[in-house]
Amino acid sequence: MSARLMQGDEACAEAALAAGCRFFAGYPITPATEIAETLSRRLPQVGGKFIQMEDEIASIAAVIGASVGGAKAMTATSGPGFSLMQENIGYAAMTEIPCVIVDVQRLGPSTGRPTSPSQGDVMQARWGTHGDHPIIALSPSSVREVFDLTVQAFNFAERYRTPVIMLMDELVGHMRERIVLPEFESLELEKRTDTRVPPEWYKPFENSPEGPNINVPPLVPFGEGYRYHITGLHHDERGYPTNRLDEIQPWIDRIFRKIDRSLSDILLYEADSIEDADTLVIAYGGTARAARHAVKMARERGRRVGFLHLKTIWPFAEEVVQSAAARLHHVVVPELNRGQLVLEIERVVGRQKVRSVNRADGEMIRPAEILAAIEDLEGAI
Amino acid sequence: MKQQSESRVHQRFLRHSKKFPNVWCAGCGIGIVLGAIIRAVDTLELDKNDVAMISGIGCTGRMPVYVDFNTMHTTHGRALAFATGLKMVKPKMRVIVVMGDGDALAIGGNHFIHAARRNIGLTAIVVNNSAYGMTGGQHSPTTPWGIETATTPYGHIEQQFPIAELAATAGASFVARSTVYHVRELERYLEQAITRDGFALVEAISYCHTTLGRINRWGTASDMMRQIKEKSVTLAQVEKMSPDEKQNKIVRGVFADRDTPEYTQLYDQIIERAQQGQAND
Repeated sequence: MSARLMQGDEACAEAALAAGCRFFAGYPITPATEIAETLSRRLPQVGGKFIQMEDEIASIAAVIGASVGGAKAMTATSGPGFSLMQENIGYAAMTEIPCVIVDVQRLGPSTGRPTSPSQGDVMQARWGTHGDHPIIALSPSSVREVFDLTVQAFNFAERYRTPVIMLMDELVGHMRERIVLPEFESLELEKRTDTRVPPEWYKPFENSPEGPNINVPPLVPFGEGYRYHITGLHHDERGYPTNRLDEIQPWIDRIFRKIDRSLSDILLYEADSIEDADTLVIAYGGTARAARHAVKMARERGRRVGFLHLKTIWPFAEEVVQSAAARLHHVVVPELNRGQLVLEIERVVGRQKVRSVNRADGEMIRPAEILAAIEDLEGAI
Repeated sequence: MKQQSESRVHQRFLRHSKKFPNVWCAGCGIGIVLGAIIRAVDTLELDKNDVAMISGIGCTGRMPVYVDFNTMHTTHGRALAFATGLKMVKPKMRVIVVMGDGDALAIGGNHFIHAARRNIGLTAIVVNNSAYGMTGGQHSPTTPWGIETATTPYGHIEQQFPIAELAATAGASFVARSTVYHVRELERYLEQAITRDGFALVEAISYCHTTLGRINRWGTASDMMRQIKEKSVTLAQVEKMSPDEKQNKIVRGVFADRDTPEYTQLYDQIIERAQQGQAND
C-alpha cells in the first residue's frame, strides 16, 4: 500500500475495519472522538453498524450485546468514560465475551486536561473493575503500531474470549505520521471458533481439561440454534447461575489459565541493545519514543544502555523483564504518571535497581530528562 | 382442558435442566408476567431460536434463565443498552427486555428514555412492583408518595415516575399498561408489543407482598392482587372521572400506538447511502 499521512485515532479505526470489526458504539470524548467519527463514516460503507449511545456505560453494553450477536465489536473513550465502563468490562470478563475497548489516555484525575497526554490509566486497565479477573492491555507508541496492535487486540479478544484494552495516549492518538499500511489480505485474522457439537451438547463455559478447545470454549452467536444463558453471576458450564464451589473454582482456574498459559503469544515487546548493557530503560506507549531517543543519545556518549519496549502492558511481562534486567545494575522507567507500571518492575527486579522518571502534569517526558536519569545512575556506580 | 394445553405451552418454553424451583417468593406476580410472555410468544408462533430475552438485575432480572430462548442476564439498569447492540447486529431477532421498576427507571432511566427516543425495535417489559424487592423493600422511582419503605421509615416524599406515560412521551411506538390481575389483557398487549417494529413498552403493575406489603401491612399476595383489581380503571373510564376520583388509580390501556420508523430499518438506509458514496468525504 502507498504511504499516507494518518492520525493515530484514524489508524485505530482503519485497523478495526481491517480486523473485521463491524460494530462500534461510543460516546464523544476528547481525545478519542476521531475514532468514533471515522467509524461513523466508514462502518456503513462496509456494511457494518455504528451507533452513538447516551453514555459510555451504554456504549460498552451495546458492544457486548453486539458481540453476543456475532459481530467483532469495539468502543473508544478516554479516562472519564473508561471509568464509567468498568462495571461492564467486568461483565465481559465474567461472561467471556470478546470485545475491544480503546482508552486514549488524557491527564486525570477527573476531567483533568482533556487534550494532554497521560499514562495514568495503567492500573485502572488492570484493576478498574471489581473482582479478580485476567485482562489483556496493549499500548502503542506510533501510528503504525496503533494499527498493528488494534488488529492484535481483535485477534486476542476472539482467541481468548476476553475484553482487550487498547491503552493509547493523547500523544499517539492525536499525532499524525507518515505510515505505510500492510496489505489487508496479508493480515492474519482470528475467527470466532465454531462448535462442532449439537445444541443439546453445547457448553458455552466448558472447563474441559482436554480437547481442541481447552481453556477457551467456542462462543456461538445468539440466533443460531444454540439457545443458552449468559449471566454475570458465577455460572456452571451451561451458563446457569451456581453457588457450587466445585463449579465456581474450575471456572476461576480456567479464565486465568487461558491467559497465563498463552503468554508467549500475548506478550509483545521489543528488546534493543541489551546484550552488553549495564543500564536498561523500560518504556511503553508514547513515552517509548522519548525513551528510544534517550537510549540512542546515551549510546552515542559511549554508555552501555539497553532498551526494552513493552507493547503488552497486561498481563505484565514478568519473565521478560526479569531475564532482561537480571544482570544489569540499573533500570530506568519513564512514565506519564506518578509511577504505575514501575511498581510491577520493582516487584520483579527489586526496588534498589529501579529509578522512576515521572511526569503527571500533561507534558511529555523529554529524552534529555531520561538521559539525565541514566547518567545520574551511572555516575553512582 | 384449557389448563392442560397451557401447561404444555409452559413445558415447551421453560428450560428443563437444573434451574427449578425459581428464586421468586410464593405468590409473586413476576411468574404471572413470565407466563403471559410465554403464551404471547406461543400465540405468535415465533421460532425460539429467533427470540432473545435480556434482563438487568433484581427479581425480574432472574426471569430469562428459566426460558428456552437466547437469554442474557446483564448488569443493573443496562439491559436495554445490551439489547440495542444485539438488535443492531441481529435485526430479525425478537429481542424482549424484562426489567423491574428500579432497574428500568432509576439506574437505567437514561437508557430507558433513549431507547424509546431512538425507537429501536425492542420489546421492553417493566414489572412494576413499586419497590426494590430483592434487596428488601427500599423505595423505587414508582413508590407511591407517603408510604413507608425500608429506606423511608418516616414516609416517602418523592413523586412517582409514570412509566407508560414517560415511554410514550419519549417516543416509543407502542405503549400499554396492564396488571398481573388482568392477565389476558396483559397477554394481548404483549402480543402487540412483540410484533411491533419500533420500540414497544408494556408496563405490568405488580406487587411485593414480602417487602412493601409486609412493611405497610397490606396483607397477603392475594390481598394485594385484590387491591390492584380494585384500584384499576381503563383509559376510557378515567376520562369521565373527577380529579379527586383519579387519585391513586391504576390506569390500564394503550398509551401510544403509532408507526414511526424503526431504528435498525433506518440504519439499513444509512448503509445503502454510505455504499453509494453519499457520505461527506
